[in-house]
Amino acid sequence: MNKTALNNAHIKLGAKMVNFSHWEMPISYTSLIEEHHAVRNTAGIFDVSHMSVFDFKGGDQVAFFEKIFANDIKKICNDDRAIYGALLNEEGGILDDLIIYHAQDKFRLVSNCSTREQNRQWYEKHAVEFGVEVVERSDMGILAIQGPDALNKILSIEGINPQVNNLRSFGCMFDGDKLYARTGYTGEDGLEIIVPSVDINQLWDQALRLGCTPIGLGARDTLRLEAGLNLYGNDMTIENHPYESNLGWTIDMTDENRQFIGKEALLSIDQSKSQKIVGIILRDKGVLRSGYEVTHDEGKGVVLSGSYSPTLQSSIGLARVDQGYKKDGKVMIRNKMLNIDFVSPRFIVRGKISV
Amino acid sequence: MNDIPADLKFLPSHEWARVESDGTITIGISDHAQDLLGDIVFVELPEVGQSVDAESDAAIVESVKAASDVYSPLSGEVIEVNPLLEDQPEIINSSPYEDGWFYKLNPSDMGEFDNLLSPEDYSDACED
Repeated sequence: MNKTALNNAHIKLGAKMVNFSHWEMPISYTSLIEEHHAVRNTAGIFDVSHMSVFDFKGGDQVAFFEKIFANDIKKICNDDRAIYGALLNEEGGILDDLIIYHAQDKFRLVSNCSTREQNRQWYEKHAVEFGVEVVERSDMGILAIQGPDALNKILSIEGINPQVNNLRSFGCMFDGDKLYARTGYTGEDGLEIIVPSVDINQLWDQALRLGCTPIGLGARDTLRLEAGLNLYGNDMTIENHPYESNLGWTIDMTDENRQFIGKEALLSIDQSKSQKIVGIILRDKGVLRSGYEVTHDEGKGVVLSGSYSPTLQSSIGLARVDQGYKKDGKVMIRNKMLNIDFVSPRFIVRGKISV
Repeated sequence: MNDIPADLKFLPSHEWARVESDGTITIGISDHAQDLLGDIVFVELPEVGQSVDAESDAAIVESVKAASDVYSPLSGEVIEVNPLLEDQPEIINSSPYEDGWFYKLNPSDMGEFDNLLSPEDYSDACED
């Protein structure tokens, strides 16, 4: 089993550890619900060092990303910021979702942990024609500090570059080999810090002393669900194209001359008939779970992610459904038809309930 | 794990049963089970008057993370369900052996109670 550089720190805090894609990771430290509220109300810190970090050397890196990335890397090439998007195969199926950071003329990429091998091989295969060298940074760890007080806490940490305070949403900057980015997976303000693993424990310890609450993968999942952020492998897989996965907004075809992998396949999709990912709120007692069947007046669908929302204090989910849904529908839970409302998947925006 | 009330007996699947002074049986889940589940947010209880069989599913408990079946330690007729659980399922986390009980039944075979695990045997089973 793989372990992050903070493994001992988690165990010392009494975390419940689980096997997450062959990584021993904390699922919760105290109570998942309390951890969730800590992020919504103050600040929480996450060890997300299981995610994959890649750097790139030499060659024509812009042309390389223009080819493999469905969003257009040119949006960030003259700027120090991050861009979110999908890696597609020739059939338009989603290989992964990822963030590419660009600052001080360098690119760094973070993608999921379960897709590490597949992605590395994919990058390497396509990097050749552009003379780009792919460098996996398994010596790096990632901390996310998220919540309304996150920035204040971070600025009090010794060794943090005070310029992080000037980063806009999705802005990023290198400080040596360390990368700071105003990004996250919670629907809150905050930073993600990609840092050499040898330096991560002292940042973690300081953040805890400053009152950041350690947050496990359990609350990370309820936080991202409330923010309407997809989880790869759960809400979308290689079998899905971006239009039926709420990622249409990340497909950039503005530059007609840009030929990215998967573009041809996407052009042949009739988006007016594609299923959509929609938010659902259970109006009866119970808890939505992945796999439950959903129906509405003009079609059906299936729950992808479902859980209890600590912020809304009811059960919410993401479902992939046929178009034509209106305000409400039904979900089948253990042979009972229960009532759901269809809403925007972004249940929480900037920490506030929006549905 | 050390403070399991001595009058309880257990299924290996973490349900407890207690014989009340009137001969009825109260059923719940163990402290170890609530700890494994994490924050409990919903419970589906059997109907009063329903017959349940020993070691078959009688209730469902849902934490934020997952749904789990609750198996009945004894057979019998359900005579009461805990009304607190509808709005405060989290009391199972805070008081698994007292306020967080699930349901009571009139047992049809008290011999089933004798076959359940003692607190010591249950604790040992959890550590394996």
